[in-house]
Amino acid sequence: MDLRFTDDEIAFRREVRDFLRASVPAAIRAKMIEGRKIDRDELTAWTRTLHARGWAVPHWPVEWGGTGWDPIRRMIFRDEIQSFPAPETLSFGTAMVGPVIYTFGSQAQKQRFLPRIADLTDWWCQGFSEPGAGSDLASLKTRAVRDGDHWVVNGQKAWTTLGQHADWIFVLARTDPKAKPQEGISFLLVDMKSPGVTLVPTRTIDGGWEINEVFFDDVRVPAENLVGEENKGWDYAKFLLTNERNGQARVGISKARLKRIRELADFPPDGAVAPLRNPAFRRRLVELEVEMRALEMTQLRVIAAERGDGKPDPASSILKIRGSELMQASSELLMDVMGPAAAIAHGDDGDDGVDWTRGGAATYFNLRKLSIYGGSNEIQRSIIAKAILGL
Amino acid sequence: MNFDLSEEQRLLADSLAKWAARSYDFDRRQKICATPEGRSPAVWAELADLGLTGLPFAEADGGYGGGPVETMIVMEAIGRALVTEPWLDAVVFTGALLRHGADSERRAALVPAIAAGELLLVAAIGEPQARWTLADVATRATPIAGGWRLDGVKTLVPHGAAADRFVVSARTGGDRTSPIGIGLFLVDRTAPGVSVVSHETHDGGRVADVRLDEVTVAAEAVIGDPARGLPILERATDETIAAISAEAVGIMDEALKTTVEYLKTRVQFGRAIGSFQVLQHRAADMFVAVEQARSMALWATMSVGEEDVVTRRKAMAAAKIQVAKSARFVGQQAIQLHGGIAMTWEYKVGHLFKRLTMIDKRFGDLDHHLDWLAATDGLVGAA
Repeated sequence: MDLRFTDDEIAFRREVRDFLRASVPAAIRAKMIEGRKIDRDELTAWTRTLHARGWAVPHWPVEWGGTGWDPIRRMIFRDEIQSFPAPETLSFGTAMVGPVIYTFGSQAQKQRFLPRIADLTDWWCQGFSEPGAGSDLASLKTRAVRDGDHWVVNGQKAWTTLGQHADWIFVLARTDPKAKPQEGISFLLVDMKSPGVTLVPTRTIDGGWEINEVFFDDVRVPAENLVGEENKGWDYAKFLLTNERNGQARVGISKARLKRIRELADFPPDGAVAPLRNPAFRRRLVELEVEMRALEMTQLRVIAAERGDGKPDPASSILKIRGSELMQASSELLMDVMGPAAAIAHGDDGDDGVDWTRGGAATYFNLRKLSIYGGSNEIQRSIIAKAILGL
Repeated sequence: MNFDLSEEQRLLADSLAKWAARSYDFDRRQKICATPEGRSPAVWAELADLGLTGLPFAEADGGYGGGPVETMIVMEAIGRALVTEPWLDAVVFTGALLRHGADSERRAALVPAIAAGELLLVAAIGEPQARWTLADVATRATPIAGGWRLDGVKTLVPHGAAADRFVVSARTGGDRTSPIGIGLFLVDRTAPGVSVVSHETHDGGRVADVRLDEVTVAAEAVIGDPARGLPILERATDETIAAISAEAVGIMDEALKTTVEYLKTRVQFGRAIGSFQVLQHRAADMFVAVEQARSMALWATMSVGEEDVVTRRKAMAAAKIQVAKSARFVGQQAIQLHGGIAMTWEYKVGHLFKRLTMIDKRFGDLDHHLDWLAATDGLVGAA
């Protein structure tokens, strides 16, 4: 047992950090720190920078642009990106549909889609949840009916994040209504420009416009856009969701936020008495720091176990639960550091002179989503109870 | 980086599990707790045969050269079985005092006897007013011809009535809380002027008040510099916090396992109560709490050898904080999910809960470590 990083790993961390220092535009970093949104052009440009360095999709197979890093290096890389902070690549493509395609897709699908996901030529979004199918995802009603060499899709998807920018959407649709719910679902790749696709934005409590409803009205999808086998979509979706959970510890982001909290609490830009001089505040802060360290160690344990057999550990549910809770708690503390000025609802753009409080309360409001999506934390508890404890 | 145990370490864990299953079941443990001593010299001899009493000492001193990971393995097993023998105090803590404070001559005189299981040497460092402040020492050490005279009262001395000798902290200079002027002295329990009053503790062990009235010791009885004993005490405390955190993880793991087993077998409303979601989610929260504590116990174990005092102490404080929170939750919920049966003296879970509760009272509780850590520049940025 040895929890120290090797000299090679330490050198690798330095290499990543040097690259980030040299490559992340200052304006992007400032936006990340303040919790402002990165727009499509900015993320595309940044993804191209990563891609040119060969680091856009480190976890993919080498033949599709992966780096061949072991899980520790991938963790170091993610940690450095998050704590810099720099934007992560678009997860819907690189972390969700990409792995489904290279694992279950046809050779033609791999060649057609993977390179365009890697450099963000195609922006992907997720068509899983529906108004009537949230935690009970398998009850989804969107239908796909075979008609010659096409599937005809009808139905409605909900909570589609960043769908407003999307070129493609991956969709779970019911292809066998007579089978058990989990056994009649297929995984389809749908061009957002197809006739019959309509996108309607949903405004969220933070005032932002990041989620949408997507309506499908007799949308014709070429049969070749079915991933894997017909009616096996649920297996691919479970694979995708487990991968998604693994990325949700977000230790680097929480670490960067805790660092910012400590700085602002020490020297609040408004000249107020430093919150850090308040023992109750200091105590809240170190309690979160301890949780952060425990989560970081648990993440290392999950990654080390992953190195054994390559399968995601059910303990990844811990990462989802504690990761989301820590993100929420740290955003709460950051809002509290800002004091009464946290009340001002800033837009995403413009400079109204009180920039340091921008994104404070809004981020706190926005991050309530973390314990809801990707399998709510209650679903994660049920996974632990069943898969780990055998209840 | 890897979390795998070596072959030897796995063997150690296996042999301890076998020993506990064979000769330290809960019935025997309860019988031992009910004796006046609250421990068993026969069990201590078995631990010595397993090589445990000499484990953390250097081979050159007569030990087996075990490190923090070996200590962690032993403490987890001790936790699971609720062993009341003073391995933590008489081997881990005292061992650290000797390793970091005693010269080779002193070690050569003491370690072989400890390793053989023949010498029970425990630290007498507590005082009523000090709580967990190691520097708060009112017991006085006055220089006399050829040695020292000790006067004062030490409290909560682990298994003090059974110990052969004590390492007593006493003030050689400075005022009551001064960090300088604390010496460490070897004192025989049977020396003239030493009186011992033993108390039972809630976790089945024993502690003693040790009164020192004009006790004289020779100059050779001092461990280290007679004015600079505090850093040695602090170092030993840090190492013992890592060990006791591992013990707590062993206990929590056992409590969770027992609780899950009970949820699967206890039938109410015509079905196993583990089929109720509210109880499933509580058990899942217990699992998360145990794993978070395990992560921090591992971090503490890996930080035992850290030479930078502040970095090391931050790791220990953080571990103790996480363990305290997890232990309180897991212990309370283990009782709650069992229901009435766990309230009975005959059932193991209540005793797991009590030991977890008492672990928080040792080497600084949740508030103590939170206050200390809050006064530092924190953990972020500290690699």
